[in-house]
Amino acid sequence: MAELDTGFFVRWLTETAAAVDREADRLTELDSAIGDADHGSNLRRGFTAVTAALAEKPPPSPGAALGLAGRTLVSKVGGASGPLYGTLLRRTGKELGDAATVSRDDLARAMAAGVEAVTALGGAAEGDKTMLDALLPAVRALPESFTAARRAAAEGAVGTVPLRARRGRASYLGDRSIGHEDPGAASSLLLVSALERTWEAADE
Amino acid sequence: MSEPTGSGPVGVVLVSHSRDVADAVARLAVALGGGTGGRLVAAAGGAGDGGIGTSSELIVEAARRVDRGSGVVVVADLGSAVLTVRALVADEADDPAGGDDGRTGSNGDSTLPPGARLVDAPFLEGAVAAVVSAGAGAPLADVVRAAEDAYTYRKL
Repeated sequence: MAELDTGFFVRWLTETAAAVDREADRLTELDSAIGDADHGSNLRRGFTAVTAALAEKPPPSPGAALGLAGRTLVSKVGGASGPLYGTLLRRTGKELGDAATVSRDDLARAMAAGVEAVTALGGAAEGDKTMLDALLPAVRALPESFTAARRAAAEGAVGTVPLRARRGRASYLGDRSIGHEDPGAASSLLLVSALERTWEAADE
Repeated sequence: MSEPTGSGPVGVVLVSHSRDVADAVARLAVALGGGTGGRLVAAAGGAGDGGIGTSSELIVEAARRVDRGSGVVVVADLGSAVLTVRALVADEADDPAGGDDGRTGSNGDSTLPPGARLVDAPFLEGAVAAVVSAGAGAPLADVVRAAEDAYTYRKL
């Protein structure tokens, strides 16, 4: 299969920013049910800054693109999603090093390390009704295909609906958190869907 | 992580979702510390725009303001405050020179000073313990312990 170059990663992040912008109101709505109703606006602010940073200082490698995006999210988001997504992208970028192109398998390995870093940062596990419920299945499926990863993330996100939250503000709600999709899992699906679309656009 | 070797007092940074809370707890801690801690403490409360939230820029700025080379103890309240500090500490541990993957120049100022530590402590009690201990000239490890011991203080 084709190698993924820096342009691919910039397009993926830009596509994610566009998806977050489109879906910001839905993310905030999900967050108003079990969180503090700022997930959409926080992520939109963060990814808008990511797009600007990538344009202002074009990164020299896939790893640098993810590193720049991650650092920007940590500094601009202002909510928990900043350090969480920031850590995901920074660690994934760090794993990719300064290679000019990477394979899907390289990306799968690097993202697995990125998700592991998110686990270490937030202390959550699969089934706790967090972004990990979309991301962990996605990175397990990524070696198969981008489409398999997106499907796994989508199933994982919907799968958070019946779960009881064990992390973050939603965990204070106990059983009342049941019946709502986790906003972090929903936004993680946007990231993985954008990856699939970027691949399909490049493959045409 | 290397231990700082400076001879000045340890700095204390208070990170809350609310600017009002961080500022008020800082004033309380300084008052309870007999007024000795004023220069050691910096509050980093709220989002960058003054609303409720967490600003990594305010946190880094506060830590740099109270860093005298002997380490900085960070006490945080909840959720994103804790996660943001943990991400910043991991950033500093990963990249002590502040210059990985193409980062240059002024971006080096976006990391915490060396020897910055997040303490596992209740916000108000931990802040008071840290400020009193730092104000008395305790080294970093002792300030960390004083703050973390605040969890063992039972009220009943």
